[in-house]
Amino acid sequence: MIETEALTKSYGSLTAVDNLTFTVTAGQVLGFLGPNGAGKSTTMKMLAGFLTPSSGKASICGFDVEAEPVEAKKRIGYLPEGAPAYGEMTPAGFLEFVADIRELEGPHRAQRLDEVIQRLHLDRVLHQPIETLSKGYKRRVGLAQAILHDPRVLILDEPTDGLDPNQKHEVRGLIREMAADKIIVVSTHILEEVHAVCNRAIIIAGGRILADDTPAALEARSPRHRAIRLALPEPVRAAAAEAVGQIDGVASVEQQDDGLVVVPAGDAVILPEIGRVALSQGWDVSELQVQTGQLDEVFRQITTSDATGVRA
Amino acid sequence: MNHTLTIMRRELASYFATPVAYVFIIIFLVLAGWFTFYIGGFYERGQADLAPFFSYLPWLYLFLIPAISMRLWAEERRSGTVELLLTLPVTMFEAVLGKFLAAWLFTGIALALTFPLWLTVNYLGEPDNGAILAGYVGSFLLAGGFLAIGACVSAATRNQVVAFILTVVICFLFLLSGHPGVLAGFSAWAPDILVSAIASLSFLTHFDAISKGVIDLRDIVYFALVIGFFLVANAIILDLRKAE
Repeated sequence: MIETEALTKSYGSLTAVDNLTFTVTAGQVLGFLGPNGAGKSTTMKMLAGFLTPSSGKASICGFDVEAEPVEAKKRIGYLPEGAPAYGEMTPAGFLEFVADIRELEGPHRAQRLDEVIQRLHLDRVLHQPIETLSKGYKRRVGLAQAILHDPRVLILDEPTDGLDPNQKHEVRGLIREMAADKIIVVSTHILEEVHAVCNRAIIIAGGRILADDTPAALEARSPRHRAIRLALPEPVRAAAAEAVGQIDGVASVEQQDDGLVVVPAGDAVILPEIGRVALSQGWDVSELQVQTGQLDEVFRQITTSDATGVRA
Repeated sequence: MNHTLTIMRRELASYFATPVAYVFIIIFLVLAGWFTFYIGGFYERGQADLAPFFSYLPWLYLFLIPAISMRLWAEERRSGTVELLLTLPVTMFEAVLGKFLAAWLFTGIALALTFPLWLTVNYLGEPDNGAILAGYVGSFLLAGGFLAIGACVSAATRNQVVAFILTVVICFLFLLSGHPGVLAGFSAWAPDILVSAIASLSFLTHFDAISKGVIDLRDIVYFALVIGFFLVANAIILDLRKAE
């Protein structure tokens, strides 16, 4: 379990992280979202024991990161932003070094090394200096180092940054696989990633928590949530817009390049009625879609309107 | 302690994974030979000892040791590996000590490779090998003192050039404060107790004492204290500045 209580970090007059209190339990994959400079990395650095909080507390599996830093660090696998590694070392040498520090021994050590090398497909580059590897491989070396000791808690700062789509897919798969019995905190500014791997999302901006919910619930905050998109040919579009505008529970109708987006008022269910109207009018509807609401829209809405410091 | 040794091994291996180690060792040996034989007048003196070598060594160290120490922490901070190292389950002091010991051991290796000088004097005459051994012990301690200062300065900046220059200046002051010329300047007006305090702070005073062949416990304690002081300062500075 990760627990923080009024966790705060300030640099002079600048407060990078402001009074964060949250708890993450096993099985949760927490996505940390926020604009650049929101305090995501600073928070993760405090959890990982790199930065000392200015005030407040954080604990990992019951060990306070300041009072018992070594015990806390033993339980964490941490991938710092940019996945730094000793460039002149080979992945093999680097992982051996981490295994030494993590005190992995005997058959367990060999088995863990084998497993992370297999899982992250490092066998081909095992004996090449890390500085000569591609960005994708460097990132994977960083991930291998983080999961080597099979930690209870994984803190990954932008784990897929700089990876190509296939590699991103693989890393997300890896995170999902490990999610069942671990506590995982992932920071990202790629919103689709939250959807792909997280079952909880915290949006922070200006060092404060603005939203803390499941990705689905966050999407439901979008005004476009459950809006209906109809693809219609040009001639009937204007007439259709007027007709659906009359339907009970429709808040607004927007005309787009290839059709209409009908936004419901509140929880109103408008799909059946739209269907009936479309059928009776004989519109040539080529596509009909219920939209789930866009996370990036919600993200923008929350981080720009609430950036004044009002908590959601 | 195991962690310290693990960090030391990794660091030492990294010197030899790059040209740094070889370049340093070759330049060190060439300059040491040059100072000893040409500048120091090894043959002309007609004495079977290594005094010319040991008397120029502090000045050689003044420029070569900062070249080793400048990258110790500046490089870790620049590449971000300091974040990796300090989030592994090691204490700050294990990390500081491990990296320092690696650098110290490395200068020890370079120093040991000057053994042909020792072979030469033994071939040419019958030197006092005890005094030579004392000289080597003193040199190793001096290198440790310089390195501790350099490591501390390196933790304070991420720019290696700045680290190099600052280290040279600080080490120079530590050396110079024992130089007779400097002390004469002080003794003209300062009370004797201050003059001897300044002299006793100097690397040179203690190094000369040891390299004359007398290993006094006080000189060893002096170097141990200097190294300890700067390593503690290193840990504190690193803790304050690691995030920048």
